[in-house]
Amino acid sequence: MKYLDEYREADSVRRLADRVAQTATRSWTLMEVCGGQTHSIVRYGVDRLLPPRIELVHGPGCPVCVTPLETIDRAHAIASQPGVLFCSFGDMLRVPGSRGDLLQLKSSGCDVRIVYSPLDALQLAEAHPDRRVVFFAVGFETTAPANAMSVYVARKRRIANFSVLVSHVRVPPALEAIFQSPDNRVQGLLGPGHVCTVMGTSEYEPLARKYGVPIVISGFEPLDLLEGIWKTVSQLEEGRAQVENQYGRAVRPEGNPASLRLLEEVFETVDRKWRGIGTIPASGFGLREEYHAFDAERIFGVADLQTQESTVCVSGEILRGLKKPPQCPAFGKECSPETPLGATMVSTEGACAAYHAAGRHLPESPESRSAS
Amino acid sequence: MCLGIPGKVIEVRRERDLLMGKVDFGGVARKVCLEHVPDAVPGDYVIVHVGFALSKLDEQEARRIFALLEEMGQVEGGAGQ
Ligand code: SF4
Repeated sequence: MKYLDEYREADSVRRLADRVAQTATRSWTLMEVCGGQTHSIVRYGVDRLLPPRIELVHGPGCPVCVTPLETIDRAHAIASQPGVLFCSFGDMLRVPGSRGDLLQLKSSGCDVRIVYSPLDALQLAEAHPDRRVVFFAVGFETTAPANAMSVYVARKRRIANFSVLVSHVRVPPALEAIFQSPDNRVQGLLGPGHVCTVMGTSEYEPLARKYGVPIVISGFEPLDLLEGIWKTVSQLEEGRAQVENQYGRAVRPEGNPASLRLLEEVFETVDRKWRGIGTIPASGFGLREEYHAFDAERIFGVADLQTQESTVCVSGEILRGLKKPPQCPAFGKECSPETPLGATMVSTEGACAAYHAAGRHLPESPESRSAS
Repeated sequence: MCLGIPGKVIEVRRERDLLMGKVDFGGVARKVCLEHVPDAVPGDYVIVHVGFALSKLDEQEARRIFALLEEMGQVEGGAGQ
């Protein structure tokens, strides 16, 4: 497949890894932001190709992971109501809430469906005018344009039986929370490629300047990640802290202007709670007043439910780059993708789930040591 | 979930108030909303996330890393490895 295979070619990957080793004269700790990047790094063993001086820690960029448990429970409460057709992306519907996951509701007669796109959810609303169709709209800035489009079109077409349960998150405020923490270990950052496809790179400039952290916006394939690491390490070695764009084939510095206009039309910035981290100011998108008629939280009046998280889980520290999955006593034992105890095990893009899928809970995992 | 995958636009059409199209992902074609890549034409590659095209891929930028690798290879070769 064009734009994929050539970025996974083992020989080139090794050459770039060697280049990183030649460039790094000291120890550096880098963080990759996106769950997609974490998944790729662990899957292709990119971290194991690096010299021990370079440590990769995994960031908060898995939207499924950081969706608070009470939001899942709220979704559960809405999906259980009569006449509701509840839909979302598959990984969101599989996240266990306090009373099981959303797909399990189907066995008690509720209509819960996996959709590929928010526009498919809108189509369901048009096809079933007698039902109240609710779409669980989660995600980072990458997903925001598609979700915003569904609400925008619903308003334009006057589709009154469609609403969205919004739990959108924004990357820059979460990074700020990590960088300003006194126990921060992150010295350089691989920035979120697809988020920047939408948002552009300007939001990252003040972060790089204020905290002295080089930020290289990076893609998701092994060669992208290694070039991103190499550029970040080069900046650290030279004492620079700038924003660079490794993923120029998809990311323009100004982002996608049409997407930015739509986000401005539909959403406003709100405070948002992150699972495992807590509330971060201005870290989310919520619907603007003009779109409140499509806000499932208002329509269904779901009360804020109290939830209890596991006490052994250290996913909050993992999401801030302070710990890694094998440092959790429950990793691969009580906690697994089948019985996740915390945020970073619930989605395939969570750090714990990525380590588990690569067999890193097992004593030795030779297959995950090769680059291809 | 932030997975964005590259695919090749094979059809562009207007469906009511939306610009839609078909995108081929290595043999699997899917319906994709093209509203935010309005200048995409068949043959272009786009990054698609949840059925929504986010940007057109820039061929010249895509080749940059391979030029870099080649340069590195020459430097290594020149150093007599
Ligand atoms: S392994 Fe499970 S319990 Fe441990 S940090 Fe990860 S999600 Fe939490």
